[in-house]
Amino acid sequence: MKIVVTIKQVPDTTEVKLDPRTGTLIREGVPSIINPEDKNALEEALKLKDTLGAHVVVITMGPPQADDALREALAMGADEAILLSDRAFAGADTWATATTLGMAIKKIGEYDLILAGRQAIDGDTAQVGPQLAEYLGIPQITYVTELTLTDGSVRAKRKLEDGYEIIEAPLPALLTITKEANKPRYPTAPGIITAYRARQVTLWTSKDLGAEPGTLGLEGSPTQVRRSFSPPAKEPGETITAPPEEAARQILSRLKARNIIQG
Amino acid sequence: MDFTFPKEYELLRRMIREFAQNEVAPIAEEIDVEEKVPMDVIRKAGKLGLMGVPFPQEYGGAGAGEIGYCILMEELNKVCASTATVIGAHTGIGAMAIYLDGTPEQKEKYLTPLARGEKIAAFALTEPNAGSDAAAIQTRAVRDGDNFILNGTKIWITNGDIADIITVFAVTDPALGARGGVTAFIVEKTFPGFRVGTKETKMGIRGSSTAEIIFEDCVVPKENVLGQFGAGFLTALKTLDVGRISLGAGCLGGAQAALEAAIDFAKNRYQFGQPIAQKQAIQWMIADMATEIEALRSLVYRTAWMMDSGHMDRDFSTYAAMCKVFGSEVLDRCVDKCVQIHGGMGYMKKYPVERMYRDARITRIFEGTNEIQRLVIATNLFRKVGVRIR
Repeated sequence: MKIVVTIKQVPDTTEVKLDPRTGTLIREGVPSIINPEDKNALEEALKLKDTLGAHVVVITMGPPQADDALREALAMGADEAILLSDRAFAGADTWATATTLGMAIKKIGEYDLILAGRQAIDGDTAQVGPQLAEYLGIPQITYVTELTLTDGSVRAKRKLEDGYEIIEAPLPALLTITKEANKPRYPTAPGIITAYRARQVTLWTSKDLGAEPGTLGLEGSPTQVRRSFSPPAKEPGETITAPPEEAARQILSRLKARNIIQG
Repeated sequence: MDFTFPKEYELLRRMIREFAQNEVAPIAEEIDVEEKVPMDVIRKAGKLGLMGVPFPQEYGGAGAGEIGYCILMEELNKVCASTATVIGAHTGIGAMAIYLDGTPEQKEKYLTPLARGEKIAAFALTEPNAGSDAAAIQTRAVRDGDNFILNGTKIWITNGDIADIITVFAVTDPALGARGGVTAFIVEKTFPGFRVGTKETKMGIRGSSTAEIIFEDCVVPKENVLGQFGAGFLTALKTLDVGRISLGAGCLGGAQAALEAAIDFAKNRYQFGQPIAQKQAIQWMIADMATEIEALRSLVYRTAWMMDSGHMDRDFSTYAAMCKVFGSEVLDRCVDKCVQIHGGMGYMKKYPVERMYRDARITRIFEGTNEIQRLVIATNLFRKVGVRIR
């Protein structure tokens, strides 16, 4: 069985600070990590490898330093790593990204399952997984928290806002995995050393993918960004300073006035 | 010249930091209060290859060398000195002696399960009458056919009561003394005549076990002689030399944690209408801590680099002793300032700095007191100019 896991290297947003004067992100010195839910997807693949046996291929599109994300995936237990890196890929929106990944996966050849994280913490679109499934013309199940493989098909529990669904799909299929699915394993210490000193990351450029000009990167992106802006800062909340009973009374009357509670 | 860590070390540090934060930090207080060796953590660490970080992968290690091992000790000591001490006694001296002087067969049989964390190691040199004067050990080993028979008592042995495999130093020829008359042995806890004596209760590093171990006609096969017969004292000194680097690294972690706690507290504690970080008295303490910590960091990783790149000459022994002296004293000054900055809160059990202060004190004493380290440093320096220190 071959499982492809798509991952993205993202800035560790828990370490990102805002420049108080300009309101922009301070990217300097912020470590890059594997997008957390992509790690959940990789963990699902590695669990299947542990129980059923599988060849796990991890693939990413990104700048040359995305190599580090792939090495970490190798240290966690992935068997093969492919880096899609080329200036021609730069500026890709989700569709151009899905197209690039899709072309690479076609080049890989036969596969049984594609696992992706639900969404990346830097873009929050949750689009690349579904678009990749569309590009490849295979079934997709999104927001998966549990999955089991049976002969030639996958059965998955997908999380909804007010419940869950259980869906079955024939293989090959693409699933996007949420953080509730598992707790990703740590890379092992010998795995880390070997990942950097003895293992290979395969590099594919646009030439390797045989891409037509204009299909990838900024040129291949239907999304047009007209302008970007910071949302206006929220008004500061109101503080009621009164003895507890009086404060409770005031809060209650305001909630009633706005019809938030009745009575 | 390049002072950056290669990428594998950056990832190793991040992994260990996450492991320490998620698996160790939440139970660090419990480990201290209940004097509980965190066996669950040790098992998890073993599965991740953290019980054999410096050793080659062919013997079950991580292949990360002394630099990788120093990263482990630094990061673990930031959150729990007890856990770091258990792993340190296991890897840094117990298993290290077998790595440095073991035969390929001994490494295969003993180092491999130790490096994988399947077995626990200890290092047994200290005796009631042989502390700093380690050459005065009295535990005897007498040849009996294909075996040696050991008799004697070792005290204050870290992991003494949880170890499966113990590196033991015993006198094989009293007439020759330390140079030629001491031999190292690999002893399994299941060997007849081995038993654990009393367990100590301590001021700090309370979650590491410290026990007496007793040999009563303990039968050790002759193939368990570690290193050359009669050269055990050299094995001990060489192992302790190496152990001093990672001990310095552990102190670095403890000192860094003290600095971070002090900065955090100074930022949030208001007195006289402003955070105490605005007070020069606090700023100077913080500046001194940070400066000493950076000097220690350079010394520790430079010495670890010396070992990994094969520069293990007499200067190495000097630098290793400096790691121990400077590391433990920087730690001492940092935890002291950290408590002072915290004021009364630093004295209360509710805050981890109280534990950090207690845990720090042993580092100036164990694995060769700082007074002995200064003797080592001075002896090496004077020897270079032809003066022999007696």
